[in-house]
Amino acid sequence: MRDRMIQLLLFNVTNGLIIGAFYVLMAIGLSLILNLSNVINFAHGGFLVIGGYIAYTLEPYLGFWGALVASPFLTAIIGLAVERLLISRVYGRDPLYGLLLTFGLAFVFEDGTRIIWGAQGKPFTIPAFLSQPLSNQFFFITGYRVFMVAMVTVMIALLFLLLRFTRAGIRIRAGTLDLETVAVLGVNARALRSLNFAVGIFLAGLSGVLAGGQLGLEPTMGAGLLMPSFIAIIVGGVGSLVGTLVGGLLIGVASGVTAVILPPASEAIMYVLMAVVLLVRPRGLFGEEGMLT
Amino acid sequence: MSEVNRKLAMLAAIWAALILAPLWMPLVGGYTALGTRVMVLGLAAMSVNFLLGFTGVLSFGHAAWFGLGAYGCGLLLKFVALSTPLGLLAGTLLGGVMGGLLGALIVRRRGVYFAMVTIAFGQVFYYIAFQWSSLTGGDDGLRPFYRQPLHLGVATVDILHNSTAFYYFVLVCFAFAAAAMGFILRSPFGRTMLAIRENERRARFLGIPVEMHIWIAFTLSCFFMAFAGSLYALVNNFADPRGLHYSQSGDFVMMAVLGGMRTFWGPLLGAVVFVMLQDYISSITINWQIFIGLFYVACVLFFPRGVLGILRRKATT
Amino acid sequence: MSLLRVESVSRHFGSLVAVDGVSLTVEPGELRAVIGPNGAGKTTFFNLISGFFPPTSGKIFLDDRDITGASSHRRVNMGIARTFQITEIFPELTVRENLRIPTEVAQGLRLRPWLARADDERVRARVAELLELGGLADKADRLVGELPHGDQRSTEIMMALALNPRLLLLDEPTAGMGDRETYDITTLIRNLHRGQRDQKLAIVLIEHDMRVVFHLADRIMVLAEGAVLAEGTPDEIAANERVQEAYLGKAA
Repeated sequence: MRDRMIQLLLFNVTNGLIIGAFYVLMAIGLSLILNLSNVINFAHGGFLVIGGYIAYTLEPYLGFWGALVASPFLTAIIGLAVERLLISRVYGRDPLYGLLLTFGLAFVFEDGTRIIWGAQGKPFTIPAFLSQPLSNQFFFITGYRVFMVAMVTVMIALLFLLLRFTRAGIRIRAGTLDLETVAVLGVNARALRSLNFAVGIFLAGLSGVLAGGQLGLEPTMGAGLLMPSFIAIIVGGVGSLVGTLVGGLLIGVASGVTAVILPPASEAIMYVLMAVVLLVRPRGLFGEEGMLT
Repeated sequence: MSEVNRKLAMLAAIWAALILAPLWMPLVGGYTALGTRVMVLGLAAMSVNFLLGFTGVLSFGHAAWFGLGAYGCGLLLKFVALSTPLGLLAGTLLGGVMGGLLGALIVRRRGVYFAMVTIAFGQVFYYIAFQWSSLTGGDDGLRPFYRQPLHLGVATVDILHNSTAFYYFVLVCFAFAAAAMGFILRSPFGRTMLAIRENERRARFLGIPVEMHIWIAFTLSCFFMAFAGSLYALVNNFADPRGLHYSQSGDFVMMAVLGGMRTFWGPLLGAVVFVMLQDYISSITINWQIFIGLFYVACVLFFPRGVLGILRRKATT
Repeated sequence: MSLLRVESVSRHFGSLVAVDGVSLTVEPGELRAVIGPNGAGKTTFFNLISGFFPPTSGKIFLDDRDITGASSHRRVNMGIARTFQITEIFPELTVRENLRIPTEVAQGLRLRPWLARADDERVRARVAELLELGGLADKADRLVGELPHGDQRSTEIMMALALNPRLLLLDEPTAGMGDRETYDITTLIRNLHRGQRDQKLAIVLIEHDMRVVFHLADRIMVLAEGAVLAEGTPDEIAANERVQEAYLGKAA
C-alpha cells in the first residue's frame, strides 16, 4: 500500500516536472524580454503558435528533426521583424502602450493563424521511436516527454552559458540592471534589445514545436500557456531568470501533484501559490527589492 | 470662447445627447438598448480611466471587478431576492470589497509588475467563474435572472420590458456615478491623485503617503467598476465569465485610450467608437479578431492621445 | 534644543562609501550652506536627512526625536521640506495647481473628498500669498512644464514653503542658471528666510556658486569624499587652506 502511494507520488512529481519544464521554456523567454526591455510580451503565446505551425508546414519537406531546428529560427526572425518595426516604437513610453501593442498583436497572431491554416486542429507527427513509453511501469513517460525535458534542459543550459560567457550575454545582463549606463558605455542598446527579443522568441517558437508534438496544433493553444508563464515569473521573482526557472518548475510540480489529490484544483493551485507568494514575499522567491517597481 | 464657457457648452451637449438618446438613436440606425449597453461600457471605461488616466496606475486586470459586479448582481437576483436595487448593491460591494482587499497586497508594486499581477488576479476570478459551474453556470454563464420592476412608491416602473424606461434608469445610475467621480477628481484627494501621476517622487516629498493614496484610488475605481458590472448584468439579464477575462480589461483600457486617457469624458466617447467598430466588423467578417488586434496596434502607434486628447491639444495651441 | 541634529551618519552603497560619519547641528532660524567638490556626497547627505533612504549607520534627530527610521512623507509632516537637484514639479499642471497641492497637505486636507467653502477660501488665499512671494503671480495659470528653468525652480521652492516647514533643504537651487536668474533665486531665498523670521525657518542649501554661498550663509560646512573637511563662518572657510586645496587641487 505504501509502495503504491510512493509510486503515485513519484508519478505525479515527475509528471509535474515535465509540465514544469515546459512552462519554464515559455516563461524564460518572456522573462528575458521583460527584464531588458520592460515590455510584457502578450504576444508570446502567439509566437508559440506560429512556431508550431511553421514546423507543421515544414515537416513534409524537412522531416521532424529538420522542422524542429528550422522553425525556432524562422519564428525568431519574425519576432525580430516585429520588434524592429513595431515594439521598438514604444520603448521609453508609458508601459501601458507596450501592453496594448503586444495585446493587439496577440489577437492578430491568433486570428492570423486561423486564417492561414484554418481553425481546425492539425496533427503534428513525431518520430515513432519517441512515442514509445520507456518502460511498462512508467508508461506515462514516453520517449517524447523525455526528449522534451532533455531539449528544455539543453536550451536553458545553453542560455545560461550564453548569458555568462559571451559578450552579448554579459551586456544583456548588464542592460537588465541599467540599460542607460550600458548605452552610455558604447553598447548599441537598440541591437541589444533586438537580439534579446529574438532569443526570447526563439524559445517561444521552440515551445510551439514541442507543444505541437505533444498536443497537436490549434490556433488557441498559445493563450492557455501565457498565464502559467506569468505566474512562474511572479512566483520566482521579477528580474530573476533563476527565479523564473524555479517558479516554472514549482508550479508544474504543484499542478501535477494536485492533479492526484484534488483534480479540479490542479489549475487553481498555481493561483493559490501566487497569492501565497504575494502575501509572504511580494518580491518573489528570487526577486530583488526595487526591480521593476 | 473662453475656457470655462467651452467646458460648459461641451458638458451641456453631452448631457443633452444622453438624455435625448432614445429619440435620436433610431434616426441614425441605432436602438435604445444599444445606447444602454454603450453607456454602461462607457462607465466601465471611465472607471478604469479614474485609475489609469488620473492616477497613472497601470491596472490591466480591471475587468475582474466588472465581472464580479455582474455575478454579484446576478447571483443575488437569482438566489436571494427579487430586487434590482439590492442586486446593484450586492454586485458593487462584491467587486469593490474584493478589489480593496486584493489591492492592499500589490500596492507597493508599480509599472509592468503591477499590471502583471492585476492580470493574474483577473484570471483567478475568471477561472473560479468557469469552474464553479454549479453556482455560476460555468461557461454558459449565469442565468436565468431578470431585472426587477422598480417600486418607487408612487409608481412601478417596468424596466424589464420597457427598454426606454430601463435606459433612463441606467442614465440616472450613470449620472450618479459620473457625478461622484467628478467630485472626487476635483477634490483635494483627487488632486493628490494627479500629483502621483505627474511626479510620484515629488508627491512623496510633499508629504503624501503615496501607497495609501494609490490604494484608496484603486479601491474607489473598483467600486465604480463593480457598479458598472452590476448594471451590465441587468442590461443582459446574464453574466458570463468572458466579462472577467483580461481581454475584456484590454477592451476597457482601449476605450479609455481611444477616447483620450487624460480627459473625463474621453472613455465614454471611446466606448461609443469601440462598440460601433466592433459591431460593424463582426457583422462583415468572422475574422473580427485580427481587425481588432490591428486596431489596437494602430491606436498605440498613431493615436495614443485619443480623440479628445487631440482636440484638447488643438484648443490650447 | 537644536532643530536638527545629525549624528555621525554614514551611507554605504556596497563597497562605495558615499557619506562617511558626517555630523551636523542646525538651530532654528539658521541659514547654512553645504559645499564641496563634485561627488563629495552632498546630495546623498540630503537624501539621508529627508528620508530618501536610511543611513547605514548613525542617527538623525528632529527636535530631539529620533527620525532615523521615519519615512519621507512622515518627515515632511514633521517639518522637513526639500527641493531636488533636477527640479521636481508637476509638469502638466499649472503653477497654481502645483502650489495648491502642498497647501492642502499642510492644512490637513489631503484626504478630503470635497472642500467646504471656508477651507477652500483659506487654501486659495494661501496660494495667492505664495504666488506673490515667489514672483509667480503673473504666470499662475500656465503649465509649469512650459515655463523657463528659473520659474520652475521658484515654483519648486514655493511648493516646499507651502508645506510650512521648519527646515528647508535646497539642493543646488541655482544649478544651470545664468547670472540674472541666480540673482533672482538668491534674493527669493533671502526674502523667504527673512520673511519667516518669526517662524524661525532654518534653511540648509547645497551650492556650487560661491557668490550665493557667501551672500546667504551664516555658517558653511565643507564636504569632501563623503566626510566633513571643515566647518565654520564664511570668513573662516575662505581662509581655510585645506578647503582651497580640495577645490583647486594642490598648489603647483
